[in-house]
Amino acid sequence: MPRGLTAVRLNRAGASAELKRTDSRAAWRGDRLFKSAAAAAGSSIVVGVLLIALFLVIRAVPSLRANHENFFTSAKFDTADGKDLAFGIRDLFMVTVLSSMSALALAVPVAVGIAMFLTQYAPARLSRPFGAIVDLLAAVPSIIFGLWGIFVVAPTLEPFAAFLNRNLGWLFLFKQGNVSLAGGGTIFTAGVVLSAMILPIITSVSREVFRQTPRIQIEAALALGATKWEVVRMTVLPFGRSGVIAASMLGLGRALGETVAVLIILRSAAHPGNWSVFDGGYTFASKIASAASEFSDPLPTGAYISAGLALFVLTFIVNAAARLIAGGKVNG
Amino acid sequence: MNFDVLEKPVKAEVIRPVAMRRRIKNHIATTLFLASFLIALVPLGWVLSVVVARGWCAVSRSGWWTHSLRGVLPEEFTGGVYHAVYGTLAQAGVAAIIAVPLGLMIAVFLAEYGSSLLARVTTFMVDVLAGVPSIVAALFIFSLWIATLGFQQCGFAVSLALVVLMVPLVVRSAEEMLRLVPDELREASYALGVPKWKTIVRIVFPIAAPGMVSGVLLSIARIIGETAPVLVLVGYSRSINFDIFDGNMASLPLLIYTELTNPEHAGFLRVWGAALTLIIIVAVINLAAWAIRFLATRQRGTRSYLRA
Repeated sequence: MPRGLTAVRLNRAGASAELKRTDSRAAWRGDRLFKSAAAAAGSSIVVGVLLIALFLVIRAVPSLRANHENFFTSAKFDTADGKDLAFGIRDLFMVTVLSSMSALALAVPVAVGIAMFLTQYAPARLSRPFGAIVDLLAAVPSIIFGLWGIFVVAPTLEPFAAFLNRNLGWLFLFKQGNVSLAGGGTIFTAGVVLSAMILPIITSVSREVFRQTPRIQIEAALALGATKWEVVRMTVLPFGRSGVIAASMLGLGRALGETVAVLIILRSAAHPGNWSVFDGGYTFASKIASAASEFSDPLPTGAYISAGLALFVLTFIVNAAARLIAGGKVNG
Repeated sequence: MNFDVLEKPVKAEVIRPVAMRRRIKNHIATTLFLASFLIALVPLGWVLSVVVARGWCAVSRSGWWTHSLRGVLPEEFTGGVYHAVYGTLAQAGVAAIIAVPLGLMIAVFLAEYGSSLLARVTTFMVDVLAGVPSIVAALFIFSLWIATLGFQQCGFAVSLALVVLMVPLVVRSAEEMLRLVPDELREASYALGVPKWKTIVRIVFPIAAPGMVSGVLLSIARIIGETAPVLVLVGYSRSINFDIFDGNMASLPLLIYTELTNPEHAGFLRVWGAALTLIIIVAVINLAAWAIRFLATRQRGTRSYLRA
């Protein structure tokens, strides 16, 4: 701001305008202070994320050194004796990926359908209120989804799970798992509940992308005599494809890190699982949460922190991939 | 000049009705899209109805909101969850006190000063933080606050973990609201010789305020039911603890998780009662957020750009 700039201030009567000299140096100082405060806040978040990675690594490394098993290929998780650590994430990885993937397989088609309904079919006035109703699903705390899952959904799904197991048991996904079907504490139930939990984020991101479909393309398709479905197939879906993939990745990120709902639903198993949706066991997050009350000795705790580090890296990769695919047009 | 007047157009009629196959496909697609929306309503209605039906009996009892579980045996159904409601609100409140100013400043940095390399890195880091699972945030605070700095488990540690989860939510919503403020207002302010920081504080903030407040309330509603941080960072207590910096402290998710292991019928009632209490708290915060946004857009009908 040039020096000597003046600000006009009308006095009470409004009759005569009085010119008041402003101290431009003071204003400039205030500006600098405010800008540095904003920049400091911005950098604090950068430092924060780096600290998360740093502290997880610092706490995980001693335990990884003391580990007798291969961290990536062992299915054991034995931390009872601090001097004889034997842990690996193979089983955790399997349960995490399988439950998240089955959630994704159920949620993505429905979410894309909802997004299409809200943007292309529903009346414009109702589109927003309907969208808000779907978003309400995200407001329900995850522990309540867990309660609902194990006490209400699991018994309801049990006959269906038994049917799948009987008729499609030849496929490795549906073969007999390492926990009993009765009670429903399986990856199958967890996947169904997780799909309800990640539905809102996939829907809202796809909705935003579908809404950006160029009007001209839609009108061109209509002018060629396309039916509504053909318009959707020829313009909206191709335009929104990358957005839907990004939305699914964001949903996957949520499902991978979901803790309490999975912890309540999944039953622990005596044997490691074998890629069946009727297995039980622990995901990364639920394993850590289940042992949380025993965190005291640094070495066993470090074993769980290294599992948390693996989860952090996994979600980071998935989320970064989502942003890359979407090219910045996604805000989830 | 002479024109030959034809009885019929030269061209044959080309507009034919849409073929049956295409029509059927179109109808099937419409039905599927509508059905998928209805499917989404199933879990929402189901969860809410189950929680209300099973929790109503506990929540409507006298003493539920005014007593703690101090001295209550597992099998007797008396006492209430006042200690857990206090813990939940206190932990979320302290988290909000830290996260809201920080988040707003970051949003100002991104929306008003956001062209530097630092701003781009910050946007990326906000995205990363938004994707961090709650259990990882809890482990981070555990390794920093408890394992490295040597503090005891307490409610404040939970608040710190909630800050990590809340900041990206606040930044996202506030940044969006700041960007909705038209540049003409900023330029008018600069033209009157008002410094930039004063323009932001006095012109931009008041206009964006209703949207920012409702965004903050929604982010509080999102983190208030987080269970992973309380499992890792604080112990359960059956009686009230007002001190957030010391000792065990109950909260609604922790109470639900603890009572799950109670095989008695009273445990069942308490679990669903606490679940309904949590839903009521979340619903009240959500309603407040909606009311603020609704009133703000109603009063100033012309400012339609604030409607998001």
